[in-house]
Amino acid sequence: MTAVLGYYPYAVAGAIVLLGLVGIAISRDLVHAVVCLSVCQSGTYVFLLAVGFQYGGVAPIFGSTVHRGTPVVDPVVQALSLTDIVVSAAVTSMLLALVIQIAKRRGTVDPDELRSLKG
Amino acid sequence: MPGDETAEQLLPLLVIIPIFAAAVLIAVGQRLPGRLVGAVTLIVVGLVGVGDTAALIITWHRRIVSWLGGWRPGRGGSGVGIAFQADQLSAGLILLAAGLMIVALAFSWHYFQTPGSHFHALMLFFLAGMTGFALAGDIFTMFVFFELMGVAAYALTGLKVEDPSAVQGAINFGIVNSVAAYLSLIGIGMVYARTGELNLAELSRSLAGDHSPFVVIAFVLLCIGFLVKAAVVPFHFWLDDAHAVAPTPVCVLFSGVMVELGLYGVLRVYQVSFADTAVADGIGRLLLVLGIATAAVGAVMCLLQRHLKRLLAYSTIAHMGMFLVALSTGDPESLAGIMLFVLGHAAVKGALFLCAGILLDRFGSIDEFTLWGAGRRLRGWDGIGVRSIFGLAALGLAGLPPFAAGLGKSLAETAMSEAGAGWGPAFMIIVSALTGGAVLRVWLRVVVGAGSEPEGIEAEGMSGDEEQMEVDVGEDIPNRMIISAGVLVAIGCGLGLVPSISAGVTAAAARFLDTHGYVAAVLHGRIGYPRAAAPAPPGWDLHGLLLSGLTMAAACAVAALAVLRPRLPGGQRPSRVVRTPVRLLRRMHSGRVGDYVVWLLIGVGVTAAMLAPG
Amino acid sequence: MSRRVRMILLVVGLLGAVTVLAVGVSGLPAFGGHHHPYRDLAVAASLRHATANVVSAVNFDQRALDTFGEETILVASVAGVAALLRPVRRERRRRRPDVPVMDSTRLLTAVFFPVTLLIGIDVMAHGAITPGGGFQGGVVLATGIHLLYVGGRYRLLERMRPLPLFEITEAAGLVIFIAIGAAGLAVAGHVFTNILPQGQLGRLISSGTVVLLSGAVGMAVVSSVVILLAGFLDQALALEEVPDTDQDSDGAEEAAR
Repeated sequence: MTAVLGYYPYAVAGAIVLLGLVGIAISRDLVHAVVCLSVCQSGTYVFLLAVGFQYGGVAPIFGSTVHRGTPVVDPVVQALSLTDIVVSAAVTSMLLALVIQIAKRRGTVDPDELRSLKG
Repeated sequence: MPGDETAEQLLPLLVIIPIFAAAVLIAVGQRLPGRLVGAVTLIVVGLVGVGDTAALIITWHRRIVSWLGGWRPGRGGSGVGIAFQADQLSAGLILLAAGLMIVALAFSWHYFQTPGSHFHALMLFFLAGMTGFALAGDIFTMFVFFELMGVAAYALTGLKVEDPSAVQGAINFGIVNSVAAYLSLIGIGMVYARTGELNLAELSRSLAGDHSPFVVIAFVLLCIGFLVKAAVVPFHFWLDDAHAVAPTPVCVLFSGVMVELGLYGVLRVYQVSFADTAVADGIGRLLLVLGIATAAVGAVMCLLQRHLKRLLAYSTIAHMGMFLVALSTGDPESLAGIMLFVLGHAAVKGALFLCAGILLDRFGSIDEFTLWGAGRRLRGWDGIGVRSIFGLAALGLAGLPPFAAGLGKSLAETAMSEAGAGWGPAFMIIVSALTGGAVLRVWLRVVVGAGSEPEGIEAEGMSGDEEQMEVDVGEDIPNRMIISAGVLVAIGCGLGLVPSISAGVTAAAARFLDTHGYVAAVLHGRIGYPRAAAPAPPGWDLHGLLLSGLTMAAACAVAALAVLRPRLPGGQRPSRVVRTPVRLLRRMHSGRVGDYVVWLLIGVGVTAAMLAPG
Repeated sequence: MSRRVRMILLVVGLLGAVTVLAVGVSGLPAFGGHHHPYRDLAVAASLRHATANVVSAVNFDQRALDTFGEETILVASVAGVAALLRPVRRERRRRRPDVPVMDSTRLLTAVFFPVTLLIGIDVMAHGAITPGGGFQGGVVLATGIHLLYVGGRYRLLERMRPLPLFEITEAAGLVIFIAIGAAGLAVAGHVFTNILPQGQLGRLISSGTVVLLSGAVGMAVVSSVVILLAGFLDQALALEEVPDTDQDSDGAEEAAR
């Protein structure tokens, strides 16, 4: 049982990523597809933070209560997640701008209805 | 030695300078006259190009390793900092990027001066992303610059916002590449969880001797982003969409260097960190299978296109397939041949894209059938220039000596037959003949007006009539457009003639494959190259000339056959055996992003299965 | 591909992806373990530079290049969005009347507006010693400014965020980051070196350049988020298409002939 619990957070992260991908694959609305992309990326934050966790570790902010020897969780993956969040915001805003332009030019945001790039 | 440290200290500036210039352009660029903005951008890119040339000259003799912030690794060989590493191959790639960007900016001198398009700032960000990606020695830094390349590329692809297909192409590109980048991030997380390190050289030590299936999965996920960027089947669907709609100077960069950087990413990560693990057993098989599939799909779809830019995009995909197949043998000679092939391909493919852009601006269409005979309507020196540049570039793509593309191809073919893959040269000749033949067919139809009105199976597919003119040039094509295309063709030809280039790529390939040297340079500061016997620089020999001649003849035959097919007996309707799979292949390239993501998922499983031990 | 074919292929792809992820995850160390070598190195390095918040030390001191790349991505995406949402020939601006908003909402936003701005500045300034930093504080500030929009005062919001100024501060954030990095190059021989005196752990003025870089990033993030939201709000509220009256009348004339 503990073996399964040992991998449960990673399974959750993987499920979130795959759910996002399924959402994009069956989407009927480009805004929905871009938000599913965001969901897919949230899975990567969960994964990174799960990698860095330690039972009994506290936040890596040193001061009066947290001394040199106190176990802390991994700050490096938190820094990586922070970078990841900013990248996600940037890409999502860019894709949403493109969706707005598609809506204006074509009058539809259904990805299956956009037919100009066939063959 | 004084001056040794200077290269290390200044290497990151190659990334920082374009970003600084782009930031300034964003702040004040709207208020400055368009010519000033263009001139400033050209000067900055020229400066970066000079820096890249200096780096290339230095890396001829030793590597350049720069630890940002002075965070060198400690005694145990592990550190907290980020490293930049430049060897000959990465210096060559960043010089290629800067060079292509100079030509693209010269071509587009008056483009996109509409207020608010931020074209030059986006191009500078794109250059910074490519440079940082090639120099990075840390997997997370590679991810960050990969995303910077991507963000700039999505905006540049969709820049023609009035064109509905442009924004659709950009969104397909954006969603597929972003999904791939996030899967790469999971791979990075897995590697970090297992080893606690992000630096490529440190990973080389931590993962050495690891033969578990975990390492294979981590490698697959890590490289998904790079494989998608490299447009390997089944991750290639975004490339034809993006190329069909992106502005011409941007297409030059995409086909010339961005796609090749994806391949570089896979090779670098494998060679430094995973070469001594379970991945090494299956990597040859993986590259071979993916390469054959990519080349086949690219070549077939290339022949079926009537939209010129899409045809050239599929030709790029076919060439990537050839690169993968040649690299599957794993020996330095084929890597050297492929490096030269990449350089030559970038030059002639860039020239072809620029010619397509000239035709689009002059005639308002980029459809092979609408432009039938249009080349004859170009007058005077303009006409002679465009017709000859287009023809020379098409022949160069098919492998005409002394073009570098042909020399690189023959070097790779020789290396493959020496490594035991006797079918290799035949494969490369067939693929080059098919794609070169398609481009020559376009030349025959558009420039010469040969054959009769096309119909039937060829008349399907995306039409090029809806493309909008990028710049209204009227009757008189600006000289800078023709000169930039001509310069690229000249460089493509000249690179194959200079013997030090072929000597350089041979040495660069051997040094790239030297994992031990890389690790020693990054972690312990031993930046010199090991002494090796300098082999005779490979050049055009009789064998190479024969193979190139064979390829050229085959390409001309393909083109002539395509143009004259309606006149041949029985050539009117191809049999059902041919038509059904072709229709199926065409329907798979549907332009719908949902399909692309499904293929990406399937590709992840297939890639992992092919690398699996046993 | 029809939807049915896509579904079948999707299931196939998912099976493959699940297998890949399962095999990969099974090779990871169990969740919550003790072995984090990079953490130990990062904590030691952070304490050497007297930075209490180790995440900020990793972001702005040890792996400053990644943060620089990320800030560049943000600025590049703002430029890209500005380019993609630029008004094309047939659009013009118009004034929409303010949407009526409940009085309780107006009161709440009026109360929280200054509080949020203060919190944002506090989070940004204390990035080296408490959880927070440039990114987090910048986002709080930017969304705090947009409480005005939530409270129904869109025109006041437009007056409070002069876009040309924010474009300059956004570029300035990136340029200041570069300048500090270049100063590191000039003084210590490596870009992004922490060259300022690091002071004592836990004080407001500590950790050297981490605070300055955090401030530069905060400036860029506030400006970027404000410009992005301004672009999208403009699209939704202010821009409209000019109807093509000339073409219609020509068509009617043709038909009448």
